[in-house]
Amino acid sequence: MSLLNILLDGSISNAGAAIGAGLATIGAGIGIGQIGKGAVESIARQPEAANDIRSGMILTAAFVEGVALFAVIAAVLAIFIK
Amino acid sequence: MALRNMKSLLVAACSLFILFLSNPAKAQHTPENGTAEANHQQPHGEQKEADFNPGDVIMEHIMDNHDFHFADVNGHPISLPLPVILYSPQKGFTAFMSSKFEHGHAAYQGYKLEHGVIHAVKEDGSVDETVHVYDFSITRNVTQMLLSLIVLVVLLLGVAKKYKQQGAKKAPSGFQNAVEPVIIFIRDEVGKSNLGHKYEKYMPYLLTVFFFILIGNIFGLIPGSANVTGNIAFTAVLGTISFVAILISTNKHFWAHVFNFPGVPVPVKIILLFVELLGIFTKPFALIIRLFANMVAGHMIITCLVMMIFIFSKLSIGAGIGFAPVSMAFTVFIYIIEVLVAFIQAFIFTNLTAVFIAQAFEGEHEHAEAHHH
Repeated sequence: MSLLNILLDGSISNAGAAIGAGLATIGAGIGIGQIGKGAVESIARQPEAANDIRSGMILTAAFVEGVALFAVIAAVLAIFIK
Repeated sequence: MALRNMKSLLVAACSLFILFLSNPAKAQHTPENGTAEANHQQPHGEQKEADFNPGDVIMEHIMDNHDFHFADVNGHPISLPLPVILYSPQKGFTAFMSSKFEHGHAAYQGYKLEHGVIHAVKEDGSVDETVHVYDFSITRNVTQMLLSLIVLVVLLLGVAKKYKQQGAKKAPSGFQNAVEPVIIFIRDEVGKSNLGHKYEKYMPYLLTVFFFILIGNIFGLIPGSANVTGNIAFTAVLGTISFVAILISTNKHFWAHVFNFPGVPVPVKIILLFVELLGIFTKPFALIIRLFANMVAGHMIITCLVMMIFIFSKLSIGAGIGFAPVSMAFTVFIYIIEVLVAFIQAFIFTNLTAVFIAQAFEGEHEHAEAHHH
């Protein structure tokens, strides 16, 4: 099979989508891990601010997860839009 | 007294709904392509097994449909048909129940349902390109949205009536106990802490959007229900309304910052003009995509995990049965996370709307420290 045939039968788009989604998950994991690390360390330093820190942590985690889900949407589009 | 009337009204509305809209699909010729989810018995022919397509089943769960499809038993679908309302400039208004389409196998009054989209067809069944069809049907999402609307209005107006009658000094009772901490949380954490002294103007909108998204999310988690908040059109409308709310509350300082960013040389000002103009649109766009993607991803994960059982059982029945407990464990775990995500996403949408509104009307003070991005 020629390279053009391989490119055109859609398998590369599926592979690219899956790899892209996996990479985005790595990014989300690292990001949310850093947020958790910062939050837990700050609570350890100043336990009376725990509530503010916790709400800030959840807010920022939602931001980071939203960015990772942009990539998931792009991957889904790559699979289902030929 | 009024709450009792409202309760009986709700009972009456629900019974009428169930009474008139529950025509189960009659026995019909089995569909050729097996989108059967519950293949309880051994598949008799390879035909049904080979045509099982997990991608189609997942898409059917996530997208909008013209009926509530609960299960397939022995090839007969169990579903609740919904009204189909169509308008075509050439053919005029048409309205009928979606059971006439027989799950996409029959054309009715010149229309045919294909993969969730209604096309106009000629007599021989091919698609008629000259007839434009506008689909105003009461689909799954619309029905569930109307149900959420009724629940939202009845519950919250009921609580409000109680406050009006009893006054704010009496201790809360009944459902007030559940709703009051949430409302106070939104008022304090989202309203007051972001919007300062102007929070009262925005509280109706923030509370409405929070409870509507929350109820929509929770209803979407019930098996068999529609995926309302995971619909890009739904979230786009909510995001647009937030965008309008943000634009309404902008002031001179905001636009001065957009067009004439202070404290930077002129070439940077020109670059920042484009950046800031784009930034006005990306903020609601991120709101839209965040809610949509979170909800769709959650529903897809749950559906995929359950589909895995059927995919494994295609290899061998033993593999399917062996994998079922693992899949069920994961599904329960993800379900619990999805309930959490339902609350978190509603809160995040509300909180970010409040933050963006606050950013729109701030700026009456000196930007002494560089706090702009």
